[in-house]
Amino acid sequence: MSAEPIHVAFVGNPNAGKTSLFNALTGSNQRVGNYPGVTVEKVSARIEHSGVRLECHDVPGLYSSNAVSEDELVAWNAIQGPPAPDVLVYVLDITNLERHLFFFTQLAETRPRLVVALTMTDALAKTGAKYNRDTLAQLLGVPVVPVIAHKGAGVKELLDAIVEVSQAETGDNGVPLNLSTAQRYEYSGEVRKEVIVPAPKPATSTTKKIDRILTHRVFGLIIFVGIMYLLFQSIYTLAGPVQGWIEDFFGWLGGKVGGWTEGNPMLQSLLVDGLIAGIGGALVFLPQIVILFALIAALEGSGYLARAAFLMDKLLGWCGLSGRAFVPLLSSFACAIPGVMAARVMPDPKSRLATILVAPLMSCSARLPVYILLIGAIIQPQFGSGWAGFTLFAMHLLGLLVAIPVVLVLNRGVLKGKRLPFVLELPRYQWPKLRDVWISMYSRAKVFVTTAGTVIVAMSILIWATTYFPRSEGRQAEWRAEYAQQAPAFREAVSEENFLAERTAENSYLGQFGRAIEPAFRPLGFDWRLSTAIVAAFPAREVVVSSMGIIFSQGAEQDEESADLRRTMQEARWPDGRKLFTPTTAVGFMVFFALCCQCMSTLAAVKRETNGWKWPAFMFFYMTALAYLGAWIVQLVG
Amino acid sequence: MADQHCDCVLFCKLKQGDKARVVGVHGESPLACRLQEMGLVTGTELTVEKVAPLGDPVEISFRGQSLCVRKNEADFLEVERIATLS
Repeated sequence: MSAEPIHVAFVGNPNAGKTSLFNALTGSNQRVGNYPGVTVEKVSARIEHSGVRLECHDVPGLYSSNAVSEDELVAWNAIQGPPAPDVLVYVLDITNLERHLFFFTQLAETRPRLVVALTMTDALAKTGAKYNRDTLAQLLGVPVVPVIAHKGAGVKELLDAIVEVSQAETGDNGVPLNLSTAQRYEYSGEVRKEVIVPAPKPATSTTKKIDRILTHRVFGLIIFVGIMYLLFQSIYTLAGPVQGWIEDFFGWLGGKVGGWTEGNPMLQSLLVDGLIAGIGGALVFLPQIVILFALIAALEGSGYLARAAFLMDKLLGWCGLSGRAFVPLLSSFACAIPGVMAARVMPDPKSRLATILVAPLMSCSARLPVYILLIGAIIQPQFGSGWAGFTLFAMHLLGLLVAIPVVLVLNRGVLKGKRLPFVLELPRYQWPKLRDVWISMYSRAKVFVTTAGTVIVAMSILIWATTYFPRSEGRQAEWRAEYAQQAPAFREAVSEENFLAERTAENSYLGQFGRAIEPAFRPLGFDWRLSTAIVAAFPAREVVVSSMGIIFSQGAEQDEESADLRRTMQEARWPDGRKLFTPTTAVGFMVFFALCCQCMSTLAAVKRETNGWKWPAFMFFYMTALAYLGAWIVQLVG
Repeated sequence: MADQHCDCVLFCKLKQGDKARVVGVHGESPLACRLQEMGLVTGTELTVEKVAPLGDPVEISFRGQSLCVRKNEADFLEVERIATLS
């Protein structure tokens, strides 16, 4: 056994099944999609096979040695080194043999140690065609191992072959040298003729049959809109019961902890109103996030996302993006950060930058809590659940609609250079693999919970502290006296607890700050509480619900029955007694959150992807301006 | 561009269901390079499988794969129509 591990790179055309194979081999949990370009960065994992240590690298897909886009450059550098991998596993889709052989002939020229992993052999068999593995291995002059990654078939043989090849002296193979593009295809055409026995009667493939409907000029578009609508409706309806359990649990926990810390009001308030309310307020949205990610992963795995890009290209192309922008933009509905990163698959720098700049306008899952909270508190009780679902859909549509003029303006004035063309592969339809959906769901949910566990908790405590302090018994007594002097009608409407709570919050550090900036938000119909919540949400918008919980339920420790945030919000009033949350204000507040750039992590990702602070700064200012403008228009119209 | 022997047309003139053979690749645009690398070299037969509902892009199949390209961007392809789906 050598001290140094053997470096193995998994290479091949996009969507050949590299990541599935990589996961099956290494037991690793990389995200897989039936869509070219899911892997945008090199990923590594270590395993051991018959006493040999293997360091495996999953590499983004390449069509040829001529790398055009960013992800292709990453891939090509990983293959070329330095350090060059010891063994290349060429993942080859047998149903698309000719094209997959093209890049193989280019790779084989430098005579690296190669192993071919054949994928999609089951799909080939379904068409009625046959292939001859030994002939292929003989012609190419390298070991050929058929694998079915999700069943684990062929995995051991492949590892054996890798270990064997790694110990060979040279990487000899049978591929001719110095061919032109046309000659390479001549060669691979001949290999195909020798290796594949076509089906006697080629039937119309299932994919073609499905596509007759799903990309039909009328039904295709209707189904597309329908699928997107169902996606958002199901997020809203399916998650409800689970969210109820989570709420109940944290309510129960808060009550318990509140009882244990009876003797220490400050500690009690910190734990119950700060910590438990903060964590609970974030985790309650986990069901929705999990459902959204699962549905997107299932669509991706089925191959439908590529069709969506096909359907949407004209529309997106019209405003200067491309169908390829569809996936980064759709991912941004879950979270802008993977969306911004997924834009790397776009070969054209101009539409890539445009896509990155509008990606955060798509309504990410962190905005979902704001919508759900306001829709649940204000819209649903007044207009019913049909309108509630519609409002949620409309909020998600808003970012998309606003993105169109933004891209048009960007392309006219801000971004320079010309557009590159559009090529998109349409993969075969297949049932989404449960394991892949699970991995995608789990890894995203984990990121959310980790954020909730760190940033949100830290911010919740900070916000709790700035609303709890300064605190003095003298002031409390003063307010109690003030309450006693109020007219009986007022005392009827407002309990002493709530009066005190509001006074305390208003005079806290955060309240003072919120009141100082209230005039700026007054045209939007927001009072000091809402402007405070907005300011607190700038580092990460996930914080907003927990901060609103703290701002709106100051009276919680005095009155355990009235702890429900929704009811407190419904009853919140301006000093003159007007309701704070009219439907207009609620919509305006949601519009503000829909358009505003309140996420430091996104800005950091954009900085990384664009190599500088220019574009993140631009993004921050244009989105904040849009948010203000949008909420203002709602107030004017409403 | 058409000569007497073949029905040579530019790519954008093809209709849904047409089968055609590539007779020439003009220009060295990135797309021309990429499509050749993907197997659309002179002599390759292709089928126009589908035109997207909004008129563009088009789905073509050749060498057992399906790709989408935009009509106007693929105009460097000179093709010869072999069969038309009537």
